[in-house]
Amino acid sequence: MTPPGPMSGARLAALLVGLGLVVTLAALGALFVGSASVPPGDVLAVLSGRVKGVDQVVVLSLRLPRILAALLAGGALAVAGAGFQALSRNPLAEPSVLGVSSGAAFGVIVAQVFGLGSGLVEAVGLAACAFAGALVAGVAVYLIASRAGGLPVHTLLLAGVIISLFFSSAITVLISIVDFDRLGGVVHWLLGNLGPIAPTRLVVFAVAAATGFWLVLGPARALNLLALGEESALQLGVDAEGLKRRIFAGAALLTSAAVAFVGPIGFVGLIVPQIVRMLLGSDNRVVIPAAMLGGGAFLLLADTLARNVIAPAELSVGVITAFCGTPFFIYLLRSRTGDPRL
Amino acid sequence: MTALLECQRVEFAYAPREVGAGAFAIRDLSFDVRAGETFGVIGPNASGKTTLVRLLSKVLEPSEGRILLEGEDLSGLSRPALARRVAVVTQDVPRGFPHTVEELVLMGRFSRSPRRFFESADDRVAARRAMEAVGVMELRGALLDRLSGGERQRAMLARALAQEPRLLVLDEPTAYLDLRYQAELAGLLRRLGREAHLTIVLVSHDLGFAAELSDRLLLMAGGTGVRIGPPEAVIDEALLEAAYGCRVIVDKHPISRRPTVHLIYPGGDNR
Repeated sequence: MTPPGPMSGARLAALLVGLGLVVTLAALGALFVGSASVPPGDVLAVLSGRVKGVDQVVVLSLRLPRILAALLAGGALAVAGAGFQALSRNPLAEPSVLGVSSGAAFGVIVAQVFGLGSGLVEAVGLAACAFAGALVAGVAVYLIASRAGGLPVHTLLLAGVIISLFFSSAITVLISIVDFDRLGGVVHWLLGNLGPIAPTRLVVFAVAAATGFWLVLGPARALNLLALGEESALQLGVDAEGLKRRIFAGAALLTSAAVAFVGPIGFVGLIVPQIVRMLLGSDNRVVIPAAMLGGGAFLLLADTLARNVIAPAELSVGVITAFCGTPFFIYLLRSRTGDPRL
Repeated sequence: MTALLECQRVEFAYAPREVGAGAFAIRDLSFDVRAGETFGVIGPNASGKTTLVRLLSKVLEPSEGRILLEGEDLSGLSRPALARRVAVVTQDVPRGFPHTVEELVLMGRFSRSPRRFFESADDRVAARRAMEAVGVMELRGALLDRLSGGERQRAMLARALAQEPRLLVLDEPTAYLDLRYQAELAGLLRRLGREAHLTIVLVSHDLGFAAELSDRLLLMAGGTGVRIGPPEAVIDEALLEAAYGCRVIVDKHPISRRPTVHLIYPGGDNR
């Protein structure tokens, strides 16, 4: 489906306000759902500040931060996916598929093994180590896969698998040699866990995500030109090298922030940008902000399912996204057979 | 007429690992293109034509010598500044290009205001004018992937015109075009040269097409210029036979009186 005519500021604003409303409603709805049964009337009472006690703890300290974390992580991963896809001109590129998530996860485990103290220092340290890991993995995949004239799809995916395997093994080694008690929640985290998140962490997460979002969205118009190929983009006046570095840094930062605070949740960056492009066209000035909102809504929905589908026990949210993402990935891979870049 | 573009003793060689399809060195190449003329570049495969296009658009930079555009060295121009003056139409758009004709043409406006997030009203007017000039207005909502080769070529030309360049560089514009579209393109390029006073560098395999449209021709072989001059001087049997390594007969087009080339197919000359 193609939108009628090119995008303008007014059309984009209308679209984003609409999407924003949907996300806000979904977030409000999620405040009312959970394993602890808090009657809807009590939730409203807590929100208006009239009720204290257990209900207040459940709604404001458990559910609200979790909803915010889901919105941030979903948005970050979806925008990272949109960024990597535009960069590699390949709709299958995605933080977990490319191995960037594994690199970031390795960085987080290293940080936890050495210990970073607590509070703000720990939160910033985790994000920084995750970012370093993501950069190393991303650069490694690029070096393995790049050929003169581009990044062939199969080589890129294989390079991602190899790097992913390498970092997963490295994580296993670290977990094996370090006292397991010190890494207590690590297995749950590795599957993606939107558990309780401290306010300090939430703030660091939000700042990192906002920075990454700005890095990727800012040059969205130039990013559209990259779809013509690098040579044509240069001839149209785009500083292609600078653009690629900026998008890569932004997408890696978004990935590492999500991995550091909620774990390496896969496939959000694959599913969400693809659906956005199917509905709204391929203009990155639309795809990127719409993916941010859509990604938040998607992960919130997945997490609400994860919390309630086998309640009172809980599934990891990464399990839900992987169950959605795997068939989607296979469909995309099959539907691209015959593409000259394969 | 003054020179719009000057190549002065340009040298270029690809690094050994970069040598691939179509990649070849340029040696001691000098020529100038006058404002308002159509300048054809012909030559066999791997003679350096595509490398020359890349040098003229600063995708590559000469290792020796200079390329001057209106007296300014290309190396001193920023990419947007160059794209405002030189537009390049390459052979084809990548398959799976996910944008419409109008979106493609608006991409030509990027260099006019690289910091804007959305195109301005002026950009839309310029894009519309460019689409009208090449007759793709009615296709503006169509995805590039759905168009025929000729329609795609015209859309690419509209994108180049939207840049409002002084110099239009066309790299093998007839590569995917059948006879009807070649005739259309020839008419269009003539009109752009005469009415819009565009300076055109036309790189082509098609000797007849280049001779028909060009005021002057440059014959390249082995990465350097063999001869520059009016078509009658360059389309010469001995010269072409030496450059291409095959036998040809040069004739005159019955209507335009421009030179045309007939290939002597081996084994077919005793019939």
